[in-house]
Amino acid sequence: MLLDGQPYREIQAHMIRIENLTRYYGGTCAVNDISFDIKRGGILGLLGPNGAGKTTFMRMLTCYLRPSSGNITVKEYNIHEHPLQIKGLIGYLPESAPLYPDMLVYDYLKFVADVRNIEKARADSRIKDLAGICGINEVMHRPVNELSKGYKQRVGLAHAMMSDPEILVLDEPTSGLDPNQIVEIRDIIRKIGKEKTVILSTHILSEAEATCDRIVIINRGKIVADGATDELKRQAGSDYIIHVSLVHGNFDEIRQALSGVPGVSDVALAGSDDGTMDLHLACSGQRDVRPDIYEIIKNNNWPLLEFYRETRTLETIFRELTRGN
Amino acid sequence: MHKAATIFRKEFRGYFVSPIAYIVISVFLILSGWFFFSTFFLFGQAEMRSFFSLLPVTFSFIIPAVTMRLFSEEFNTGSYELMLTMPVSSLDIIIGKFTAAAAFVAVMLAPTVSYGIFISFIGDLDWGPVAGGYAGALLLGASFASIGLFASSLTRNQIIAFITGMSFCFVLTLIDKMLFFLPEGVLNVLQYMGAGFHFQNISKGIIDSRDILYFLSICFVMLYATNLVIQEKK
Repeated sequence: MLLDGQPYREIQAHMIRIENLTRYYGGTCAVNDISFDIKRGGILGLLGPNGAGKTTFMRMLTCYLRPSSGNITVKEYNIHEHPLQIKGLIGYLPESAPLYPDMLVYDYLKFVADVRNIEKARADSRIKDLAGICGINEVMHRPVNELSKGYKQRVGLAHAMMSDPEILVLDEPTSGLDPNQIVEIRDIIRKIGKEKTVILSTHILSEAEATCDRIVIINRGKIVADGATDELKRQAGSDYIIHVSLVHGNFDEIRQALSGVPGVSDVALAGSDDGTMDLHLACSGQRDVRPDIYEIIKNNNWPLLEFYRETRTLETIFRELTRGN
Repeated sequence: MHKAATIFRKEFRGYFVSPIAYIVISVFLILSGWFFFSTFFLFGQAEMRSFFSLLPVTFSFIIPAVTMRLFSEEFNTGSYELMLTMPVSSLDIIIGKFTAAAAFVAVMLAPTVSYGIFISFIGDLDWGPVAGGYAGALLLGASFASIGLFASSLTRNQIIAFITGMSFCFVLTLIDKMLFFLPEGVLNVLQYMGAGFHFQNISKGIIDSRDILYFLSICFVMLYATNLVIQEKK
């Protein structure tokens, strides 16, 4: 079977294939010619500043919006020709879970089960299972408009998972939740990600770092980074920073001594106070330079107050890549 | 059609979950009952023609009030995004919502059958024109529901949807009543466009295929226009 000239086998290796996807709102380009593949299984994090095009991308993937140009293929289905089949494969939780306010939670989930063609006998047990997984047992017979934001988000998650879809698309699933709820929802997503393909967008970079197997950073509608978290850090330049605090007055002397260590690319004065100096040593390469640095400090008898290595966080990389947005 | 039926059930139940259904039905029954019975005993005739003749005007503002929330509320709360990303087509959604509104009109009319039963006790009521009147009322109600649905698809503001729907319905109701203002050449065309004109024929018990076709055409054109608006929003 051929699909747009490509063998079916090749396409099947990818769960989702995005090709030259573009979307305009009037004269504004929200998503600008992006292409990438998503493999079966795992959690893909979509990062980007506000207005970067994350939600627009998700809305096109879930067939809510039509692309201005380009194509999305989910399994063997094309978004332009088989939107209903694609919708059947995807469970979607839009940002802030806009549920029907007047409906009871149970009635709402029953409605979703009915729309998703789940037989009546199986629907009840599925709703019961989801109520347990998402922790909504105690609100099943309350109207949606009386629920807290956290519970609405959980009901939204149950909605998305109703048909046990192969792909789960979650737009900022933890926004507005308290820290305990964030941890709970994150655990649920991690569990699902072991079996299903999960695509989630988030502003919380630590969340993406902790939850996602792969991260795609979007800025102004274009992909600016794509890869596993560690891979992204490597792509972004120098690998880590070493913080050193010393009781010593001569920065030039220290800089001269420490910049001679192989692997240290820069020694910067981060701050000084009452005879103490905070230094940032930018380091690159696989070699651990800490023993050499410690040896120099020891030989010079510089009183050492602090000495630790900081791996470059995703936040630094995110800021660098989306600077000027 | 299974999905349209599911959406129909959800929408139809939705009317009765909020107070809107009870308020609208009460207002309709009070207004129609008051205007009908205030002149009924003066004429002393066992017929319901004056009840049916009031329906186009009453429906013109009652039905847009029923339909104004159908799409506008969903656009406003964002639930439309959830609905459309489930495996349903926009046609399923439109048909489900339209049939729910039309069924609501039927429920609203149902208590008025008691007027006929009451009249049949005190006089010799000819049920033929009454049955024709109800058939016409259902067709008129369905047409106005399709207009209201279209108005609701245009905006996320329910008040604007109501005013737009009501204006459309009033124009169709009153267009054949203002013919004396218009040039002779367009009289027949405009008279044919008037909902009141076609409804009067049916409510007299005259079943003419042109009248039925007229109401079905309004439904079709309005539902088609709604689909175009929905597609355009994508």
